[in-house]
Amino acid sequence: MAALLVHAAGDVQRLLVQFQDEGGQLLGSPFDVPVDITPDKLQLVCNALLAQDEPLPLAFYVHDAEIVSSLGKTLESKEVETEKIIDIIYQPQAIFKVRAVTRCTSSLEGHSEAVISVAFSPTGKYLASGSGDTTVRFWDLSTETPHFTCNGHRHWVLSISWSPDGKKLASGCKNGQILLWDPSTGMQVGRTLAGHSKWITGLSWEPLHANPECRYVASSSKDGSVRIWDTTSGLCERILTGHTQSVTCLRWGGDGLLYSASQDRTIKVWRAHDGVLCRTLQGHGHWVNTMALSTDYALRTGAFEPAEATVNAQDLKGSLKELKERALSRYNLVRGQGPERLVSGSDDFTLFLWSPAEDKKPLTRMTGHQALINQVLFSPDSRIVASASFDKSVKLWDGRTGKYLASLRGHVAAVYQIAWSADSRLLVSGSSDSTLKVWDVKAQKLATDLPGHADEVYAVDWSPDGQRVASGGKDKLWG
Amino acid sequence: MPQNEYIELHRKQSREAHERSKKVKKMIGLKAELYHKQRHAEKIQMKAIKMHEKRNTKQKDDEKTPQGAVPAYLLDREGQSRAKVLSNMSKQKQKEKVGKWEVPLPKVHAQGETEVLKAWKRMVTKVCFVGDGFTRKPPKYERFIRPMGLHFKRVHVTHPELKAAFCLPILGVKKNPSSPRCTTLGVITKGTVTEVNVSEMGLVTQEVLLV
Repeated sequence: MAALLVHAAGDVQRLLVQFQDEGGQLLGSPFDVPVDITPDKLQLVCNALLAQDEPLPLAFYVHDAEIVSSLGKTLESKEVETEKIIDIIYQPQAIFKVRAVTRCTSSLEGHSEAVISVAFSPTGKYLASGSGDTTVRFWDLSTETPHFTCNGHRHWVLSISWSPDGKKLASGCKNGQILLWDPSTGMQVGRTLAGHSKWITGLSWEPLHANPECRYVASSSKDGSVRIWDTTSGLCERILTGHTQSVTCLRWGGDGLLYSASQDRTIKVWRAHDGVLCRTLQGHGHWVNTMALSTDYALRTGAFEPAEATVNAQDLKGSLKELKERALSRYNLVRGQGPERLVSGSDDFTLFLWSPAEDKKPLTRMTGHQALINQVLFSPDSRIVASASFDKSVKLWDGRTGKYLASLRGHVAAVYQIAWSADSRLLVSGSSDSTLKVWDVKAQKLATDLPGHADEVYAVDWSPDGQRVASGGKDKLWG
Repeated sequence: MPQNEYIELHRKQSREAHERSKKVKKMIGLKAELYHKQRHAEKIQMKAIKMHEKRNTKQKDDEKTPQGAVPAYLLDREGQSRAKVLSNMSKQKQKEKVGKWEVPLPKVHAQGETEVLKAWKRMVTKVCFVGDGFTRKPPKYERFIRPMGLHFKRVHVTHPELKAAFCLPILGVKKNPSSPRCTTLGVITKGTVTEVNVSEMGLVTQEVLLV
């Protein structure tokens, strides 16, 4: 739409603007607004156009620059031709805001060895931690005391993963065994899943919207294979071989595809229900350490909606069908129009953005890090990708295009793990220098520093209800 | 499988325990006492031999899991190269510093103070730390002489966990157990507590280091 400059004597310049959503869909018809309009007023207009019951908080972008003070100032800084159409892209922000974690509420002690994995249940009700002392511990978050200690593994518990309905926890150890636990009783469920010959590097459950019973779990191991297990029978359903070296990371996508990253520098895409290899994504120059899907958060939380979180986390309610529908709608919302996107980080200091369901060529290559990348994570709204690296920085990239956004510096040693808050505004990072730092993503600055660990921080997680961050390290566990 | 004569031998050996217990059950009184004493001594010997055998063969220790648990992403990487990195870093810094102040000066033979020994002047024979910006007081007023050859700026420190040694600059001498005079002079002898600059190691946590 063309913008017409209407000069009236003494009047402020007015422009015609058109609102567009992120996918490019136009909203309403062109609007005549003064040049000095502020984001609040734009929000009123937009909400009116959207005809929502409750006003949504929105952020507005013109040519990739956010409108902070007024439209005029943003246009000046970008030197946009006012003769042309001005498209304002609106982005709905999360309605709820997560407050930054400011202090350590408690130190949860109990493990006699380093805590090497930490995970909140999908609703945020339970916290589980796996440790080098071979136990898995469940913690009661309302009293911040240990709930159950689960013995059964005979070696370090390397990887833990909650089923999307929060009813089961799978844990994998260095001997290659996988055990399933019930968080409400602390007892083992079913048989020990044995079959891998070397240690377990990753566990991933089938998404809730594909199967609300949460029956299948996939595991990746150093022995180079991926196994899909049926948790009700305790048997290995399928073995996916093809990687020539250790499989470092595993993700079960929402479209029935399984993604596995390996030290043999490739990522393989498998069809989950029959185990057929669809595609091999090549491009990395060294081990692929980590992967993240744009829909990761939605798959992890399943039918739980973080906006509806209450102070006391509850179990998911509803029949299987309801849960499935809710999970599916959440999944589709995060996914957006296109297929799932995958970002992979490697020892070759770069990240690749892929659209694995479509193409075996990467969308972009994201360079900039000066040391190997340990973890990548999409934000819950899948707009931003954060990468933690051994070069002591966390970098932010655009989730759609892979464009570099910012570097978050502050740590003095390798950054091991990161976790997003449920509203995508805050990011917490744990590092080998024993501190955790909470970053404000919008300002791209440090929000709070959380010292207190006496040694390296190995695992970090933010509860989906946004209330707590848990971190585990070489010394003890924290709430 | 035992065959022919060996069957007899095998039978005798396997029945040995049964025959022995039949005999012992019937023994009473002094005879029994003596027998039991002898048997006890035999059993002790048998146990000792078995334990020696166990020591020689390696048993798979199922109970103990090794120390030093690391998360999955660190497993294939050597974790303790940190010590090497740190010591390399500090060595490099030291090299850079040394090159800076090298100025060609004529080497003068220093007059040993022992040659000018006066009753009211005393020379320190141990290593000491004086700090930057130290200048000697006028010779007339010096009571204790600390030879420049015994001025040390850096000290070797071992990290108890990494089991590596670093050479770190001294910040000051906190306490010398010999005497408070030694503390003020900055003399470093056995058991002296010194303050050391650990910023070169890049650590954020507090750790006890040993000199």
